[in-house]
Amino acid sequence: MAEALFWPAILGYGEAALAYSSPRYTRLGTWGVRIGWIAQTALLAVQAARADGFPWSSWSGSLNLFVWLVVGTYLIWGCQPRYRLLGLAVMPLAALLFVVSRVGGGTAAGVHSRYGNLFLILHVGFVLAAFAGFTLAAALAALYLVEERRLRRRTPDILRLRLPSLVALERLTTRTIAISLPLLTVGLIAGFIRLREEHGAIDALMGTAIATWMLYAFIVASRPSGARGAQLALVGFALVIVTRIALAGSHF
Amino acid sequence: MRLSLVGVSHHVAPVELRERVALSPERAASFARALGDAVCLSTCNRTELYLSGEDSARALAFLEELAGEPLRSVAYRMHDEQAAVHLFRVSAGLDSLVPGESEILGQVRAAYHAAAPGPLLDRVFRQALQLGKRVRTETAIGEAPASVPAAAAALTAQVFGDLRERSVLLVGAGRMGQLAAASLSARGATIAYVASRGNEAAVELAGRFGARTLELSELARALGEVDVVLSSTGSPGLVIGAGDVPARRRRPLFFIDIAVPRDVDPAVHELAGCFLYDIDDLEAVVAETLAGRRVEAERAEQLVVEEAERFREWQASLDVVPAITSLRARAEEIRAGELAKLPSLPEETRATIEAVTSQMLNKLLHLPTVRMKEAAAADNGSQYAEAIRHLFGLGEGQ
Repeated sequence: MAEALFWPAILGYGEAALAYSSPRYTRLGTWGVRIGWIAQTALLAVQAARADGFPWSSWSGSLNLFVWLVVGTYLIWGCQPRYRLLGLAVMPLAALLFVVSRVGGGTAAGVHSRYGNLFLILHVGFVLAAFAGFTLAAALAALYLVEERRLRRRTPDILRLRLPSLVALERLTTRTIAISLPLLTVGLIAGFIRLREEHGAIDALMGTAIATWMLYAFIVASRPSGARGAQLALVGFALVIVTRIALAGSHF
Repeated sequence: MRLSLVGVSHHVAPVELRERVALSPERAASFARALGDAVCLSTCNRTELYLSGEDSARALAFLEELAGEPLRSVAYRMHDEQAAVHLFRVSAGLDSLVPGESEILGQVRAAYHAAAPGPLLDRVFRQALQLGKRVRTETAIGEAPASVPAAAAALTAQVFGDLRERSVLLVGAGRMGQLAAASLSARGATIAYVASRGNEAAVELAGRFGARTLELSELARALGEVDVVLSSTGSPGLVIGAGDVPARRRRPLFFIDIAVPRDVDPAVHELAGCFLYDIDDLEAVVAETLAGRRVEAERAEQLVVEEAERFREWQASLDVVPAITSLRARAEEIRAGELAKLPSLPEETRATIEAVTSQMLNKLLHLPTVRMKEAAAADNGSQYAEAIRHLFGLGEGQ
């Protein structure tokens, strides 16, 4: 059952990734996102029902959850025809990561976890939700830089291939980061409480996660505007990627 | 029923002629009523008369009377499908000077509502209006601006999004600047200041937009307060230098310089948060969007072809519709006559018999009806209709 649900989800995401490449098929793309996300939600529900403990504690499982959160955030924030290019930035990446998650066994059901549910929901769930938000913020920031560059270069086709306005992109990026940072804060606090209980030591991943938190806290506090704000959001996302890659090797 | 069209447009007539035959909406409506079952579409680019019937000579005489000269060599005359396709292209914006312009659809709608069209014109105009809407929703033909003022407003929206809380400083009162200011205002922007050397046109312009007037020497102060600067003076030198622009932290400042020679120092574009578009940049954007419109126009032409096919089928079905209606009426007459011969029956039994006989009739006539419509679409409709009339004795006064 869980295995079968992977296919409609990846088909939906794949179709959306292709459809967003043309303005004519934007609506089809949006339906692909919706159907794919519903299928992935069902997949996660089946995984949760069959798991012994928290089902997404492996790196591939967390990637599965991460993709769901990214697409869910996109669905809420930016899944509109006028943000087609945001979909083109998010959906191919989501589809690719979802396939990687499956290859790593992250979409299988009946997983056993050595961690308690509450801790993992607070720690993994909140950290991944924050990372999903930061991913979307990075996509918005990248679009901001593209749009700003086109305005600087006075590209003649700027009104033919339309992106959201600079101000809207900046506002959405700032807002997404402002919402995601508290989630990361809760997730990290939960992790540190457990670390203290187990008398563990801080590893490289935790160091990167703290650096990520500090950078985003700086962005929220100083509210840098324009291209500088967008560049900082991308630097933050680079730290998110490093953390995600480190997850695969050391943390679980 | 025959659809006819007589008209002149920007394709065939110079503006001197078009302005003589141009009619206000009220006059166009009374003109159409005077012609009977007709619709008169009159815009700055065309005056066209759509008629149900073949009397296009009378319509042409009306136009010639307006023009004060013979129009035989200028006016176009079309009939049936050709006339319908022309109307479809007009309402789709494909026959306009700027392909895809949106005003024409409203003008076609107004002409249709102002007239009292019979079934043929009603059908063809409703189809044209639906097509016009379809073209604008299914293609991007009307999305991009097609003029410098509209492009200036669209670019401003590309920076700020919603313009309702944005304020504009208008420098000078050049005609193009006024048009661009009107485009910005139409998108919700507030024209806050009009700066000039104190000429009357600027004062009048400020009054029109409810803006404050400024001397050019006060520009630097205003630059710190507004989001958009729209400049169109006749000044021989620069009016705004890079040094006049205050350092901005959070809000972008968008300069539109429509003046030739230019008013705004090109170095402004290099300042953080500042963007400057001059007349060449805007014209390049317009040229690009017009090229895009032409690509979309090809898709719109496909929709016109589909609509023309639907019109052809509908018109062909007119050959068989009277025969089908007569056949069904004859069958119903026989059914009702036979039922009347029945002795008195309980209400429930009678209702059952009525329902069963109705169903039988419908099933029996369904296939011939479908086949007749198919034949009509294949241009054999009139032969089939004649055969049906002959076989069932329709129209023989039974």
